[in-house]
Amino acid sequence: MALNLPENLYNQVIVHLTSAYPHEGAGFLVGKELDDQRSVCMILALDNEWETNETHKRYKIMPNAFLEAENTAEKHGLGLIGVFHSHPDHPARPSEYDRRFALPWFSYLIISIYKNRVGHATSWLLSDNRDHFIEELLNIE
Amino acid sequence: MANIRIPTPLRTFTNGDTDITVKGNTVGEALLDLTSQYVELKQHLYNEDGKLRAFVNIFLDGDDVRHLNGENTAINAESSLRIVPSVAGGFI
Repeated sequence: MALNLPENLYNQVIVHLTSAYPHEGAGFLVGKELDDQRSVCMILALDNEWETNETHKRYKIMPNAFLEAENTAEKHGLGLIGVFHSHPDHPARPSEYDRRFALPWFSYLIISIYKNRVGHATSWLLSDNRDHFIEELLNIE
Repeated sequence: MANIRIPTPLRTFTNGDTDITVKGNTVGEALLDLTSQYVELKQHLYNEDGKLRAFVNIFLDGDDVRHLNGENTAINAESSLRIVPSVAGGFI
């Protein structure tokens, strides 16, 4: 699988995640899938609704936000294809916590955000047996 | 029989179908029927202890069943169930 992210949408993601810093930011990737290619057509930047004061290392998107996002995607003739979130001051690699709460099939775009710069961006898919992530090709162009 | 609406990331396990008809008199029985129809769904809905995963929320006619009687909540043939995930994670 490859995730194709137009540069203008990547920039929208970066604006949202850098504005969330030093907290984790998150949102949905909306688009289409054809064969082994996923194309992001729009992003939905959301509030981090983690309930405690640990938003610097945790993010949460609530069920009502998930429902709204699915409805928005359908209205545009698209579908939810993944989630993006930031790792403030940490590498763009999924953690054990990311794995435990990951949904199958979704592309998980992770971007390292530091105080004065944007780090790497990577994208991942949960394995069939849920025990690890598999990195997918990320094309930003 | 009741209906369960499947969220986008789980439709890969239901042959792309969004709405599945299920048997049962309770939410728990309906979910059991769902996972017997689509076995691959089970590991994504339930943890190793057989409990619904924390990010799996079940809505009955618009109400979160956690605020009703959980998986023992009674359903009928007109019931509309919906699986709605929370999405969560973190760098550590």
